[in-house]
Amino acid sequence: MKTPALLLALLTAAALTAADPIKVGEFACLTGKDATFGQSQHKGIQLALEELNAAGGVLGRPIELITEDNQSKPGESATIAKKLISRDKVIAVLGEVTSGRSLEVAPLAQGARIPMIATGATNPAVTQKGNYIFRVCFIDDFQGTVMAKFALTDLKARKVATLTSVSSAYSVGLAKFFKETFTAAGGTVVAEQKFSEGDKDFRAQLTAIKAANVDAVFVPGYYTEAALIARQARSLGLPMPLFGGDGWESEKLLEIGGDALNNSYYSTHFTPENKEPGVAEFVKKFKARWNGETPDAYAALGYDALYILVDAIKRAGGTDGPKLREALAATRNFSGASGSTTIDKDRNASKPATIITITDGKLKFHKTVAP
Amino acid sequence: MSEFLQQLLNGLSLGAIYALIALGYTMVYGVLRFINFAHSDVFMVGAFIGYYLGRLVPENTVWGGLVVLLVAMLGCAVLGMLIEKLAYRPLRGAATLNVLITAIGVSLLLEYSGQVFFGATPRTFPAVFPSVNFTFGSLVISSNQVVVIAVAAFLMVALEFIVHRTKIGTAMRAVSLNPKAAQLVGINNDVVISFTFGLGSALAAAGGILYALNYPSIDPLMGVMPGLKAFVAAVLGGIGNIPGAALGGLLLGTVETFVNGSQWSTYKDAIAFAILIIILLFRPAGLLGKSTVEKV
Repeated sequence: MKTPALLLALLTAAALTAADPIKVGEFACLTGKDATFGQSQHKGIQLALEELNAAGGVLGRPIELITEDNQSKPGESATIAKKLISRDKVIAVLGEVTSGRSLEVAPLAQGARIPMIATGATNPAVTQKGNYIFRVCFIDDFQGTVMAKFALTDLKARKVATLTSVSSAYSVGLAKFFKETFTAAGGTVVAEQKFSEGDKDFRAQLTAIKAANVDAVFVPGYYTEAALIARQARSLGLPMPLFGGDGWESEKLLEIGGDALNNSYYSTHFTPENKEPGVAEFVKKFKARWNGETPDAYAALGYDALYILVDAIKRAGGTDGPKLREALAATRNFSGASGSTTIDKDRNASKPATIITITDGKLKFHKTVAP
Repeated sequence: MSEFLQQLLNGLSLGAIYALIALGYTMVYGVLRFINFAHSDVFMVGAFIGYYLGRLVPENTVWGGLVVLLVAMLGCAVLGMLIEKLAYRPLRGAATLNVLITAIGVSLLLEYSGQVFFGATPRTFPAVFPSVNFTFGSLVISSNQVVVIAVAAFLMVALEFIVHRTKIGTAMRAVSLNPKAAQLVGINNDVVISFTFGLGSALAAAGGILYALNYPSIDPLMGVMPGLKAFVAAVLGGIGNIPGAALGGLLLGTVETFVNGSQWSTYKDAIAFAILIIILLFRPAGLLGKSTVEKV
């Protein structure tokens, strides 16, 4: 007779103390063409979530992550964001790695006055959508400049060709910034070839590039296309260096491209070889959580995105949109998995770029370029 | 000049794959007078059979590649006949539109079950055939391109032989000409139609393997674009006409490649389809198609 009453009392007490979780939305390309981007981002965020909740959550409340997959398809992200914002009532949206799909969600987050933190979207237009849109990575103005200088000084290239995906905001933007710096510094872009997302045949464009006789080829695309381009370039007898941006960052790059990628270079946000204490510790924790898998840039950026959000919630003392926005905008020198993050007045993070070289079918750290 | 030759070669190897898929569309149309939209997904299944099988046979061997090719063709032939038996045969005699809608249904079923069973993430197709590059001056020919063109040419010749020199081929042509009369002279239409689907699907599987060899990233929706292009190629050459499908495929592949290599590459599909419209304006039945006069 006594026991059930006691149990009931305990349960009521538990229900009273267990506060409502703070809901955070994540949209990611977990499947489809760019799947490794979404998978990495999600694994990074998930690791951060588990750590934060094990430490008691934030403001005494646990964090609940609601993740939705956009299948790497255009159009899906907007639907997902509407669902996250209006039905799940999330207090912030995290994602995405690609600029095109982040651009779909940014106006919706802005309209609902909910902060959005893009993990790997580097196109400048993303955060220009409004003052609620943030990112934890560098932008393509900087990345394009870094790669242009790299081509001129390290590759000693004077004549280059670009192979751009016209249906990707990221690719078009990066090619533009690259060309601006490269031509201003005395180089020439002699051939500008184009393709569309999802194309698999690049032989025609590469044959035209071959005829243009260039020192190097800039491929500002995502990894699936970059790897196929490398294979077809080598089989057409183009031995010159290929180089690209952070869209190449994927474990699938080498799987698809194989030896054809030797003598290629790309810039990215992160390298596990970085010896900074925060980075080394993150790599260790990530490997322990995900069966020995080595984290890539998007895992680190996803991890940092959630931590930076939680840091802002703490400083804002709540999850109210405008206050949270103010707190996020005031993020300074936040030390995380991808190094130190400071949000500037345009809500971008100014961070160093890492250049990776591919030799003998392996990725090697080449150098870091500070902003 | 060498750039022109290289582009021509690139175009022909792409066109050969379109031609192989186009043959399947055109054969089914010739016999049943409807477009089998599921054909491009049989092409995808062919590539996936190749993917799973390719990991069992030793890489980079000619016999390994041929085994993969033959088993995929066989598997897809069975799949094609199964689709015909389960989805299209019950609708025999129904309005063409009903069958067409069913075909779209089967196509979506295959695409999305593919996403469930194979996953939506692209897979890397194994190098089942040995790969070397032959260089002639500045012209580079990869062995995969040679394999594509050789296999496609061989299969097209074999198809011509089957259709014009064998008993089943004669029966196919008879059913195509007049199904009722064919039945009257003792042809089992069901067997002929089933065989047509099997043959067409086998060609689609070969196309799938050859496509994946050249573009080694495969996913369950990989058939959509090549399928659409092949359909256009079949119409371009004159739907229902076998040499026409081959010609249409080669033409489309070559035009697409030349546009792609020029500064107008953004408009490659627009230009390819504009050519289709222009050709159909002047030759409504396609390049090699015969326009039939319907007697009232």
